[in-house]
Amino acid sequence: MAKDSKLILDPLTDNNPITIQVLGICSALAITAELEASIVMSISVLFVMGIGNVVISLMRNIIPSKIRIIAQLIVVATLVIIVDQVLKAYAYELSKTLGAFVGLIITNCIIMGRFEAFALGNGPWRSFLDGIGNALGYAIILIIVGFFRELLGSGTLLGIEILGDPVAKTGLYAYGYENNGFMLLSPMALIVVGIIIWVQRSRNKALIED
Amino acid sequence: MSLKNKLHNIKEKYKGKKMAPAFNALHTFLYLPNETTHNGTHVKAADDLKRTMNTVIMALVPCLIFGIFNAGYQHYLATGAIEASHGFLGGTFWTFDNLIHGAWKVLPLVIVSYGVGLAVEFLFAVIKGHEVEEGYLVTGMLVPLIVPIDIPLWMLAVAVIFGVVIGKEVFGGTGMNILNPALTIRAFLFFAYPTWMSGDKVWVSEAVERAGTADAISGETILGAYAQNNTLPGIDQWDMFWGLIPGSIGETSKFLIIIGALFLIFTKIGSWRIMLSTVIGALVMGLIFNGVVSAEIIGESSKFYGLMNVPFWQHLIIGSVLFGAVYMATDPVTAAQTNKGKWIYGFLIGFISIMIRVFNPAYPEGVFLAILLMNVFAPTIDHYVVQGNVKKRMKRLKVKTA
Repeated sequence: MAKDSKLILDPLTDNNPITIQVLGICSALAITAELEASIVMSISVLFVMGIGNVVISLMRNIIPSKIRIIAQLIVVATLVIIVDQVLKAYAYELSKTLGAFVGLIITNCIIMGRFEAFALGNGPWRSFLDGIGNALGYAIILIIVGFFRELLGSGTLLGIEILGDPVAKTGLYAYGYENNGFMLLSPMALIVVGIIIWVQRSRNKALIED
Repeated sequence: MSLKNKLHNIKEKYKGKKMAPAFNALHTFLYLPNETTHNGTHVKAADDLKRTMNTVIMALVPCLIFGIFNAGYQHYLATGAIEASHGFLGGTFWTFDNLIHGAWKVLPLVIVSYGVGLAVEFLFAVIKGHEVEEGYLVTGMLVPLIVPIDIPLWMLAVAVIFGVVIGKEVFGGTGMNILNPALTIRAFLFFAYPTWMSGDKVWVSEAVERAGTADAISGETILGAYAQNNTLPGIDQWDMFWGLIPGSIGETSKFLIIIGALFLIFTKIGSWRIMLSTVIGALVMGLIFNGVVSAEIIGESSKFYGLMNVPFWQHLIIGSVLFGAVYMATDPVTAAQTNKGKWIYGFLIGFISIMIRVFNPAYPEGVFLAILLMNVFAPTIDHYVVQGNVKKRMKRLKVKTA
């Protein structure tokens, strides 16, 4: 069973889909200005990847390899539409914030990558673990980036004012602190991801490629 | 025993130890080291990096001193304490009061810029175990000169940390950076705290505190006024040339910038090709816009009219085109390296600067954005210049052999 736990733990650290494989960057840059959006996005991807990997794994012996991409797309698209409808029904405001990016989960490279690289060649249980592991690895980075961007960019976390009220000048703002507007722009998300990559590779030199 | 000997002894004692780069940096900063720079992509001649840096700093000092006086002058002028002075030697400009007020505002910016920047450099030198490079000496001097007078010190400190780490250290330190670190710092400030970097309240000292009170003063820059189709009363072209206008601390006096430019060209530190081609680029774009206005493609109702209608040569004496051309565009690390490349690089900087200046609705200045953009393209320009040269020679070779 040691090998199975590796399927979950590896993508969290040394084989992280975002920081090591550099996949799924687009959504990581686009929707991480708020922590809440990052968490919802993470849960959506977790759902799609967990189930999608199992479905593909179950069908792996009956999909002709010539049309496997289309088959995979149909599976992802179905799952994404379910997520999209659920979000619209129960969290309408949030689904408006996420906008097209829920739909764009379909083209998230991590999902297609895991279908191709893992689910097509492994059993349902191991595929499930792999899907969950990679989605968690994605989630961890999204949440770290979302945490810093919302805290430094808006002074809030999950909408709660942590650093005080910027208009009434309470808390830190009374001392002249101001929100960093750059944090709310996408380039800063790229820089934050870059810093995470930098820190991770300087702690584990084996990850540095020439 | 003199300080120099003491430092030398410390240097010998700590050789190979962890803190050695920090001591060496102090030693190098104060005295001539016994070795010259021997790496970094920007070293194309036998010059020592330290000589280059010191020359640029000497060219910047007049701008700094003028900036200090101007900070006080603009403050007292806006509060109505003194009369407007005309000409470079105007009676109410070079006064002791102006010096005190200006120094009180500007020197903390210089100290924060150098203190924070060198601390980051020391930290990286100790972690990575390389020698502290002199690269920050010029950046640290440029930074206070290109920010508004009232920028809060902690913002400057945050921006300097960001600029030095992300703009320079991640690429491998001095000589390896793609973007000009001083402009990276300015760009960070502009995007992070736009209310402190633009508008009509930040260019004259203490205007922010007075906003909304009976003593409110307006310190609009010339560009800000033109962008709103206004003109500033009481300021003529000579004031712009001598520099008695609100603006970033060091950029206002075109006269001293030109003297600095001549000094840099004379000592062969700055590239005259880049400076000249930037000016030409700016003039060409200005002429195009003047042409658009006189062809009546754009009328007075257009929001671009104010800036497009500025006579083309006046673009040089308003805003920071000259400062950017002389001190920023010529940065030997981030500029194009080939002679032909320098012409293209400079021309595009001037051209794009004026274009952004006219078309950017949020912020009527584009020089720093244009230079950063061309920093990114400089290696590409060099690549094509070199390839073009190779092709030409290959052709010559074929003709001979055939």
